[in-house]
Amino acid sequence: MNGNGYLFAAYAITWVIHITYMGTILSRYARLKREIEQLKK
Amino acid sequence: MKRLFPILGVLTAILLCYGLYQALVVAPTEQTMGDVQRIFYYHVPSAWTAFILFFINFVASILYLVKRRSAQDMVALTTAEVGVVFLTVNLVTGPIWARPVWGIWWTWDWRLTSTLVMWLIYVSYLFLRRFSSGGQTPTLAAALAVLGALCVPFVYFSIWFFRTQHPQPVIGGGGSIDPRMWRALLVNWLAFSCFAFMVCWSRYRLEKLQREVDEAHAMQSLLAPRGGVR
Repeated sequence: MNGNGYLFAAYAITWVIHITYMGTILSRYARLKREIEQLKK
Repeated sequence: MKRLFPILGVLTAILLCYGLYQALVVAPTEQTMGDVQRIFYYHVPSAWTAFILFFINFVASILYLVKRRSAQDMVALTTAEVGVVFLTVNLVTGPIWARPVWGIWWTWDWRLTSTLVMWLIYVSYLFLRRFSSGGQTPTLAAALAVLGALCVPFVYFSIWFFRTQHPQPVIGGGGSIDPRMWRALLVNWLAFSCFAFMVCWSRYRLEKLQREVDEAHAMQSLLAPRGGVR
């Protein structure tokens, strides 16, 4: 891998980490919304 | 507040794109390392953002230990979690930079080891929050957070006090840096700070909602008729 390959890998992994974390927040939020709907019934 | 969130989100996205442009196009290529040096524009702001979040976590934990308010505990939890994400980015991008520059992925020098230890302390904090269900959990977590915060200055100043393979600090390290590199670094730090604020905001709202749902479940179980008891 040349310098550009390492650079691309570092930037890509950064955003994979952030997007994965945001994905977990969104999925937990969706689960809570479903729980709230069930509580209302 | 609900209107402010998407506006801030768009501004943060623009700032992140501008930061990427500064890092990849505007900042000059470093003479000895070449393009791989540009990892610096994500690696360093990630660490600085994590340090700020851990400092907020420290203040919120102290306040919680003194005043015992739920909001302070939620701020502490939120900043610790997002801080761990940013420190993870720092710990992952560092070896990717080190491999072509040093010829190795990792070395057990003071800066790298102390950063890993700090990461492990905050991961322990999150494990404690996740897997302990006792009423004392927020207090124990706050105490652990205070200890974890002691690591932050140690990690930052470790390259001043000890012989290390890690490059000298950007601020106060005695070296000079091209103004365009400075601008790229600061723009990315600002962009990452705004992004961290947005993520913390979302995580705080999630935690608040989670606690409301837990309370509702508790109330429901209290009000529900007990089977088998007459």
